Amino acid sequence: MIELDRLTKRYGTTVAVDQLTCTVQPGVVTGFLGPNGAGKSTTMRMMLGLDRPTAGDVRIDGEHYDRLRDPLNHIGALLEAKAVHPGRTAYNHLTVLAQSNGIPQKRVPEVLDLVGLGSVAKKRPKGFSLGMGQRLGIASALLGDPKILMFDEPVNGLDPEGIHWIRNLMKYLASEGKTVFVSSHLMSEMALTAEHLIVIGRGRLLADTSMREFIKENSRSYVRLRTPEPERMRDVLATAGLTPVATEDGALEVDSVESDRLGELAAEHGLVLHELSPQQASLEEAFMQLTAEAVQYHAHGTGKGA
Amino acid sequence: MIEAFGLSKHYGAKTAVYNLSFQVRPGIVTGFLGPNGSGKSTTMRMILGLDEPSSGTVTIGGTSFRRHPNAARQVGALLDAKALHGGRSARNHLLCLAQLSGIPKRRVDEVLDIVGLRSVAGKRSKGFSLGMGQRLGIAAALLGDPRVLLFDEPVNGLDPEGIRWVRQLMKRLAAEGRTVFVSSHLMSEMALTAEHLIVIGRGQLLADQSVKEFIAANSADFARVRTPDTEPQLREKLTAALAEAGGRVDPEADGALRISGLPLPRISDVAHAADIRLWELSPHQASLEEAYMRMTQGAVDYASTAVPGGQPAGPGQPPHGTPPHGMPPHGTAPYAMPQGAPFGAPAAPGGGFVPQPPQPPQTGFGPPPQGPPAAAPAPVQQPTSDPEDAR
Amino acid sequence: MAHTTQVIRSEWTKATTVRATLWTLAIAFLVTVVFGVLISLLLNNTFEDLPERERLTFDPVLTSFAGMSLGQLAMIAFGILLVASEYSTGMIRASLAAVPQRGLFMTAKLLVGTLLVLVVGMVTSFVTFFLGQAVLGDLSVSIGETNVLRAVIGGGLYMTLIAVFAMGITWVLRSALLAFSILVPLFFLVTPILASIEATRDVGYWFPDQAGTAIMSVVDTGERPYGPWGGLLIMVLWTVAALVAGYVTLKKRDA
Repeated sequence: MIELDRLTKRYGTTVAVDQLTCTVQPGVVTGFLGPNGAGKSTTMRMMLGLDRPTAGDVRIDGEHYDRLRDPLNHIGALLEAKAVHPGRTAYNHLTVLAQSNGIPQKRVPEVLDLVGLGSVAKKRPKGFSLGMGQRLGIASALLGDPKILMFDEPVNGLDPEGIHWIRNLMKYLASEGKTVFVSSHLMSEMALTAEHLIVIGRGRLLADTSMREFIKENSRSYVRLRTPEPERMRDVLATAGLTPVATEDGALEVDSVESDRLGELAAEHGLVLHELSPQQASLEEAFMQLTAEAVQYHAHGTGKGA
Repeated sequence: MIEAFGLSKHYGAKTAVYNLSFQVRPGIVTGFLGPNGSGKSTTMRMILGLDEPSSGTVTIGGTSFRRHPNAARQVGALLDAKALHGGRSARNHLLCLAQLSGIPKRRVDEVLDIVGLRSVAGKRSKGFSLGMGQRLGIAAALLGDPRVLLFDEPVNGLDPEGIRWVRQLMKRLAAEGRTVFVSSHLMSEMALTAEHLIVIGRGQLLADQSVKEFIAANSADFARVRTPDTEPQLREKLTAALAEAGGRVDPEADGALRISGLPLPRISDVAHAADIRLWELSPHQASLEEAYMRMTQGAVDYASTAVPGGQPAGPGQPPHGTPPHGMPPHGTAPYAMPQGAPFGAPAAPGGGFVPQPPQPPQTGFGPPPQGPPAAAPAPVQQPTSDPEDAR
Repeated sequence: MAHTTQVIRSEWTKATTVRATLWTLAIAFLVTVVFGVLISLLLNNTFEDLPERERLTFDPVLTSFAGMSLGQLAMIAFGILLVASEYSTGMIRASLAAVPQRGLFMTAKLLVGTLLVLVVGMVTSFVTFFLGQAVLGDLSVSIGETNVLRAVIGGGLYMTLIAVFAMGITWVLRSALLAFSILVPLFFLVTPILASIEATRDVGYWFPDQAGTAIMSVVDTGERPYGPWGGLLIMVLWTVAALVAGYVTLKKRDA
């Protein structure tokens, strides 16, 4: 569990993180979202004791990070920026970290195999691709088999297999009861991975809610239905106080209603349904809606759009 | 239009690209997919005349890149975002490029506006974030207002707003009749952007078809059905009725049923005949990622491992090694995929609204017997022996 | 205590698994010995041509240490690289995430670094002394003569301290480029010039390298306001000051 209590970081007059209070719970993958410059990285760095909070507190399993003995056994982190000496082999890099935290040496080849770097263990990271560097970072996060894991943009540079793998790994870790905290800019990826979301904008907490709730609250959700008798369906819906919208392909869309209720309505009136599917907006849309004002470096010129 | 004929590239004894022939047509966004080390970057570099093909040709608008009298005004490319001089300001960087190819000065401010870097145009790119660097790279690609655009991993480092912007930009460029060729590892992103796909593996062409066809050819669709929670016996009844009608029925974690092998109206009829009310009847289309995994991995009977509800497949399970449909006979997938199936991935190609199953897809990771979790994503190739990774 | 041992072991692995860092130590040894021998050889052959005053104050020990003015640059490079590579590579984030107790982290690195330079410094000093004396022939002194052993051990201490001083400064500057561009001109140009010009000599003598050199000479020219051990003490004080400044920086700054 990671607890943030009015966590604040100021650089001069710029407020990077502003009174952030939230808790990252074990057992689920928690996504950490925010536009560029929202304070995500700063927050993560403060969690790891790399940056000192200007005010407020962050605790790992109830302790301050710098009071943790052998912290790699409590929390493992993959930071976005590289944190590896290019001249030290992958094996030696992990050995250094293992030794500093009293982690048995045999764990080093174990995690290297786990992330698929076994064959390049004796190579220096100088020649590593972005994806391989990322795998090494993931290996170091897993080294102490910690209960809390933090990943900053984990899929960066990974290929589809790697992306698929890390996603499943994170879910697996969460299902084991670990705390998994992951930041990403890839909404579509996040939608597949995270169950809970913490969203910040301009350093402030914008949302701390489940993925489902988040999408529901921040975008349009509706039910799509198809029936061989659209006219009668319209009437039934109208009687129930619902106004369907017909789509080009002959389906009907009904806003703000559960599909359960529509199913009951159809059954009641003996209407045959060929489709009855709840639709939700993408996480991206919900996110855009919520953070619309907090975006820096706004791009122009998409003009007519897609 | 980009045309490749019998394109091959060898580095010593290693073949990076072998006998590749394809066309990238104008007017649509064409995605370029393949695992790491499959030869994507090498192919892009050959298109741009940075690498010389060992055999075969590749032309842009009928002429090879190096023969273009003013290549920068024909072709724009984003290859490596950091390939710029850190000490120079964004504007000066673009000015240099513009002067090199005789592009008028005012175009620099135009493209800075397009990519949203106007306000930091005077700043040195040294302090740029990855995302800003990426925007600057895109600005450079657009500078000559070229007819053909190549983007290698364009959304790298961009934030959600930037990702969306790039996607719309590419679609707009294609809509203007340009040729847009994009490589990416992000399947869900690609599904939203590209209309056509070129997939390579081990340097050879695996697929050259529309996204729709690709997904249809490489995945199995199914329907999701929910009966009223209040009456669990209805679920049992429906399961039996559908099985009898020839469907394959699997329970999902949230109590819904996953039905394959029956069209939606048929499911509806069966339910109706059995007097079962439905609370949900959703079509599910496989995601591009699923289709891609299936093709590059090549499981012959994918469904047998895709146990509905995500029955755990232990790490000890042997990998699927059968060559997939369309794979070159001697080629096996360069990467073994970790066990498990990405069924239920909600991203669908096309519009912004996608069906969102209430329950996130179950993972394929089972609780391992002991010790380290999860299977390895397969060894990464040696940096020295892999031209794509080694750079 | 077990915790401290862990961190020291880790720092030891860190220091010994990067080739570039180890190369600087090898270079320090080679440069000091080779130049020491060459200059000793040169002086042995031209001794008769020297002015009388220089012949009278001829210091065979200091002469064999002549290579140290170059060799110390490699020692400084070692000190700088050991610390700065943490920052230039981003390794500092992994290091501090693993060992958040920054004082412990710095102490462990310092101990390992000091041990390495002390061993290499001592070996260098003794080897360059014996080889230097061997080529000095009639002019040579033996290790048993007054103050000679002190000077040879002092040579090793000098090389150690100069590297540790560089480490301290680098903890403050957090950049190899900055540290090199300050320390190299300082020790290679500024202080030697200050110490060789009459007007500025009194100032120059108080700089760490100039003060530290006093320990290596067996002939007291009477020019300096302190003795050999006093000189070394001044250098130690400089080093301690640099380390304290480094510690404060590490403690205060975000990583």
